Amino acid sequence: MARKTNIRANRNSHQAVSIDSHAPISFTFDGRTYQGCRGDTLASALLANNVHLTGRSFKYHRPRGIMAAGAEEPNALVGIGVGGRIEPNIKATQIELYDGLVAVSQNRFPSLKLDMGEINSVFSRFFPAGFYYKTFMWPASFWMGYEHIIRRAAGLGKASDTHQDPDRYEKRHAHFDIVVVGGGLAGLNAALQAANSGQRVLLAEDQHQCGGWLRSCDDIAIDGMAGHEWADKTALHLAEMENVTLLPRTTCFGYGDHNFLTLAERVTDHLAEKPAHLPRMRLWKVRARQVILATGAIERPLVFAGNDLPGVMLASAAQTYLNQYGVLAGGRGILTTNNDAAWHSAFALHEAGCLITAIVDTRENPAPAVLKQAAALGIQTRLGAGIIAAHGRLHIARVEIAPLTKTGDALAGEAEHFDCDLVLMSGGMNPVVHLHSQSRGKLKWDERTYCFRPSTSHEATQSVGACNGSFEPSRGIKEANAAALKAVKANGGAAEALDLPDIIARKINYTPMPIWQIPSGLPAGQGGKAFVDFQNDVTASDIQLAVREGYHSVEHVKRYTTTGMATDQGKTSNINALGILARERNAEIPAVGTTTFRMPYTPTSIGMIAGRDIGGLFDPVRVTPMDKWHREAGAKFEHVGQWMRAWYYPQKGESMEEAVHREVRAARQTAGLLDASTLGKIDIKGPDAAEFLNRIYTNSWLKLGVGNCRYGLMCKDDGMVMDDGVTTRLADDHFHMTTTTGGAAGVLDWLEEWQQTEWPELKVYLTSVTEQWAVATLSGPAAQEILNAAGTDIPLNNEGFRFMSMREGHVSGLPARIYRISFTGELSYEINVPARYGMALWTTLMRAGKTFGITPYGTEAMHVLRGEKGFIIVGQETDGTVTPHDLGMSWIVSDKKPDFIGKRALARQAMQASDRKQLVGLKTKDPKQVIPEGAHATLDPDQPPPVDMLGHVTSSYFSPNLGHSVAMALLRAGHTRMGQTVYFPMLDGSPPIEATITDTRFYDPKGERLNG
Amino acid sequence: MAESNIDRGVRALRDRKKHYSIFSLARQARNYHQGWQQAWRHAEPKAEYDAIIIGGGGHGLATAYYLASVHNMTNIAVIEKGWLGGGNTGRNTTIIRSNYLWDESASIYEHAMKLWEGLAQDLNFNIMFSQRGVLTIAHSEHELKEMSRRVHAIRLNGIDSDILSPEEIKKFVPIMNMDQNIRYPVMGGFLQKRGGTARHDAVAWGYARAADDMGVDIIQNCEVTGLRRQGRRIVGVETTKGLIKSRKVGCVVAGHSSILADMAGIRMPIASRPLQALVSEPIKPILDTVIMSNAVHMYISQSDKGEMVLGAGVDKYNSYAQRGSFPVPEHMLAAAVELFPVLSRLRMLRHWGGIVDTCPDASPIISRTDIDGLYFNCGWGTGGFKATPGSGHVFADLIANDRPNDIAAPYALSRFETGLLIDEHGAAGVAH
Repeated sequence: MARKTNIRANRNSHQAVSIDSHAPISFTFDGRTYQGCRGDTLASALLANNVHLTGRSFKYHRPRGIMAAGAEEPNALVGIGVGGRIEPNIKATQIELYDGLVAVSQNRFPSLKLDMGEINSVFSRFFPAGFYYKTFMWPASFWMGYEHIIRRAAGLGKASDTHQDPDRYEKRHAHFDIVVVGGGLAGLNAALQAANSGQRVLLAEDQHQCGGWLRSCDDIAIDGMAGHEWADKTALHLAEMENVTLLPRTTCFGYGDHNFLTLAERVTDHLAEKPAHLPRMRLWKVRARQVILATGAIERPLVFAGNDLPGVMLASAAQTYLNQYGVLAGGRGILTTNNDAAWHSAFALHEAGCLITAIVDTRENPAPAVLKQAAALGIQTRLGAGIIAAHGRLHIARVEIAPLTKTGDALAGEAEHFDCDLVLMSGGMNPVVHLHSQSRGKLKWDERTYCFRPSTSHEATQSVGACNGSFEPSRGIKEANAAALKAVKANGGAAEALDLPDIIARKINYTPMPIWQIPSGLPAGQGGKAFVDFQNDVTASDIQLAVREGYHSVEHVKRYTTTGMATDQGKTSNINALGILARERNAEIPAVGTTTFRMPYTPTSIGMIAGRDIGGLFDPVRVTPMDKWHREAGAKFEHVGQWMRAWYYPQKGESMEEAVHREVRAARQTAGLLDASTLGKIDIKGPDAAEFLNRIYTNSWLKLGVGNCRYGLMCKDDGMVMDDGVTTRLADDHFHMTTTTGGAAGVLDWLEEWQQTEWPELKVYLTSVTEQWAVATLSGPAAQEILNAAGTDIPLNNEGFRFMSMREGHVSGLPARIYRISFTGELSYEINVPARYGMALWTTLMRAGKTFGITPYGTEAMHVLRGEKGFIIVGQETDGTVTPHDLGMSWIVSDKKPDFIGKRALARQAMQASDRKQLVGLKTKDPKQVIPEGAHATLDPDQPPPVDMLGHVTSSYFSPNLGHSVAMALLRAGHTRMGQTVYFPMLDGSPPIEATITDTRFYDPKGERLNG
Repeated sequence: MAESNIDRGVRALRDRKKHYSIFSLARQARNYHQGWQQAWRHAEPKAEYDAIIIGGGGHGLATAYYLASVHNMTNIAVIEKGWLGGGNTGRNTTIIRSNYLWDESASIYEHAMKLWEGLAQDLNFNIMFSQRGVLTIAHSEHELKEMSRRVHAIRLNGIDSDILSPEEIKKFVPIMNMDQNIRYPVMGGFLQKRGGTARHDAVAWGYARAADDMGVDIIQNCEVTGLRRQGRRIVGVETTKGLIKSRKVGCVVAGHSSILADMAGIRMPIASRPLQALVSEPIKPILDTVIMSNAVHMYISQSDKGEMVLGAGVDKYNSYAQRGSFPVPEHMLAAAVELFPVLSRLRMLRHWGGIVDTCPDASPIISRTDIDGLYFNCGWGTGGFKATPGSGHVFADLIANDRPNDIAAPYALSRFETGLLIDEHGAAGVAH
């Protein structure tokens, strides 16, 4: 039982086809510096340095090493990078090595070799699948404490502490005639045929070089070249073609409806210095007319006790490390398998210097050819046998091999022990059907190769080569060629079949023996752990337990045991789990079915999917043409939808309250100027424009005279107020509508929907003109004088230019439309000029008004001014549950019109109810007290919760013009409660505020100030 | 609430073998876990039941559990076309809260919250209800005002809610981007400390196990193909396993409510849309609460396993397919990175979609129908998971008594005729 007798991996670089042995690179792992070569993955470089222990498992903290050589790796997860570039849970098998790479192991304390968490392994008998559903329930209040400990123990890697990702991510949209995913033998041939037929082709290859398995095997010759040489030559040829886009380091991770593919291109991850002009990654969003999937296959592990020890590796992975990177993963190996193909991996390692002491095959009759070759190489064989247990602490040291019954269900003899430092395992192949399945293609269970392979496709897609279950190279290449020709034809292209390359490949029978678990000889549940999902520590017994407890559906087993839910997404575990599940349920695998395949194929960068739509580009900021003036004047701003609006203009030393009061007073005493450019504006034109408005608004519009304005409310079809504004008739067939700032886009959508889907017979055209006009609202007793001083050709006298009308002319030489409407209750002009003159208009008015005491005011003062008048703001006094009647605005609801949107809804029973919430005014007992907006009214301030609430305060201000506070509220049956006293309980525990219910018109209730 | 403590104790003693506890775990460990019983029987339908619940999700199973435990109706069946919990129960982001604006909503969600608080013990199944708090954040003056309104109402309804300043948020959630110069700076928030998350699958399994224990038949892989009527009365359900008779049928089939209603000739005011969610790879704890944002539009928590769990709004088009479109996760992740820059360097591990049935007023339907004995519980939109126990509890009451209790009454179908809507759109923040 000599442990570590021969752990002496070495680098035999002359046969390594994927590395440049003359380009040494240094990197660190857990603080120690190692040497690798350009072209290495972190995994191959670690193996070359005899580092086998790379991580700890999720639940039991068992020591784990490198098991695979690609995206399927479940064990070798590391954190890489420094500072803001730290990235956890990266598979060592997928990291292209660069100089200075920093990698650390995860989920261990204090060190990888000595991990306190391994205690879980000792007590693992108490932690079977789903144990947490059965305990931690008493006492109930302790759960949060238990959970805290569970949370600390769970998780894998650590996120960066600095939080700020220094890198940039780009997105690109593209269309291609044919997209080929996977640049192995089949993919290269498909791309070649498609490209030679003149199609625009995208070839995406996950690795930095094309070739796939051609790079790992040494027994295929194509057109007289070694497989990898042919792949390099073909890839070079394709890359030089104008109609081909060849993307290396690009993973297709999603396949959606209508041949929409999402691909992640890793642009700089492999570079030691990241050039500033390049993004880290690029997200390709591709629409393809035809798709050819050539994504290969992944080897299955075998499930036996101790199969997770470092040094137990997929046979194909060991061969990959040997041929691509010149690395021998061990010195004394044993192969355990159920198929012929893996024998060749063992032979390759044996010939390269790793002594294969035995080949253990669950079958009794492997192909004569492999038996003959084993004999020639002097390798012992154990047929009809399996590894029933593997032993070792931090590395495999010894295995027990025993003969099995014919079906593989039980032992048929005594076990013998073999020392080793490497176990190669192979349980057959799983085609990578993920993308096919994501696109809703169907799978069928292949009884020849015992795997799922694509059957019918849903999208215009074809699977070729190993991902189609065609593992023989000659068959894969034919398939690829035929698929490309079919795709070209489907695209209407003229295709001439290329001559297929000459392939010399070994003839291999790919039929494995279906065996999902090697028996241990012990009763169920006993003996060493036989892992199915390595990362999540799900064992064969866990799956048996789930079935015993009634979790029969494949989805229930997945969710109960967590099998297939680790970061490798079950690439090595799902089929074994299915096999065991089917066995336990006495069902056939196809009847058990698979879980749903969804994007992403492999974990995909969140930063890349977010792309550039963060920071300043998260959402566009909209500013008015006068924005610069406001900023220079020191205005404070508020967000209103996407807009930045001047909120108030504090002068030196002024508080917000002082500034707002000054602005509010000025607008009533002299004149105020508001930038109202953000109001939504919709140009409505067409012979049926008036009829259209008549149906949209609650009041009538047919008889509005040209040049006149009218205020309108619009309701949703449920009768609730959705927006309001003043609309003006510019001509018989032409209106200018204004909407709220925040509601503009929604209103246009609303109008378009009605026009397009319900009333297509109406001839009316809608155009958003919000940004075509800059609007300055001049309001106050001095407004007329200031406008005259600025110079206008429009007569402003009250008789010639009545309230609620519009005149077109000039202001200070600028073409302008002036609307005589008022949101302050004062004499007021909304001056609209083309947006490019906005700033000129604003500065002109400020200059002209200087001697009159003109004062710019912001949105806060605007709120107070309209609050004094009791004017509503949609979205503040309303919330989608308020009718025009509730607002006390029945006068605006026509009862003569045959119909308008909301009319039927307003006739419903609940709309007539007397206890609806209705808008009222409030006067506080203490005139200085301002009720917080959102406070709720009650008649009984001493009632304990749940309190009978009458409703809430929608708007509340201190009115400097009135000297007391003013508020509006939506209160149950409010219109009948005039004069009643209500109380507003405070959140901070201070005494409730007392107030009296009043009318909402606090200031100038008769509207006498409108004419100045 | 479901049964007295004494009853529960008696049952526990009787079913010592089935009872879950640290002791049973230890006992079974000695036995290599060979002695565990099935969590529920895999029943085949009987010819007739006193009541049938269509839909084996959380709400349906909870309904069956409360019918049995509160109303002593044990000759009942739950029929499910696929696997238990395979609909939205197994596809949501597991957020639980009761901080709703309207009294009607507060009433039902708080009813649920109180049931959540003892549910693991009631069911003897650890559903991992984790009261880590739900923090809703505000990004504008307007949102701050809305927040004030909601907190006032919530507090006066006797439900916990605290307003947090940006400084307090910074301390509570250190990974949040509190830079006041970002596009939508975090200006405040309100926290329901009793809110949190639960293990969604466990909720379905726990209810199924407890209901089965009282004799409820749980029938999976049994699809309803028709509703059998006699005049204006329901008399049975036609299924892929044959006709099953019953004079009371409750339909709880989120995602397909309108299809089932159609079988009874009822047109539901429901639109069905995809809702997507995703998780990152698991990492060590960085977020110890649930965050929801309306303006930046996303919600996020970290599961006990360490995965960051994210969601946002529904897809814009109607669909019955449990899959959404790519722009939704794109926007969701941009919002997530904007608020939590640390996420940029994490990776999306899994992504999925479910179908949510939404009503015009964003509130559910718990109602009798024009057909005697046929009841519907549906239209929970994006927020059904958190209501599971409350929904099941009041729906059981409705089915047993053929009249709604005070909590359920406002949710009758008739509200779409009378106009007595419970509109949670306007002020609900993110409706999840």
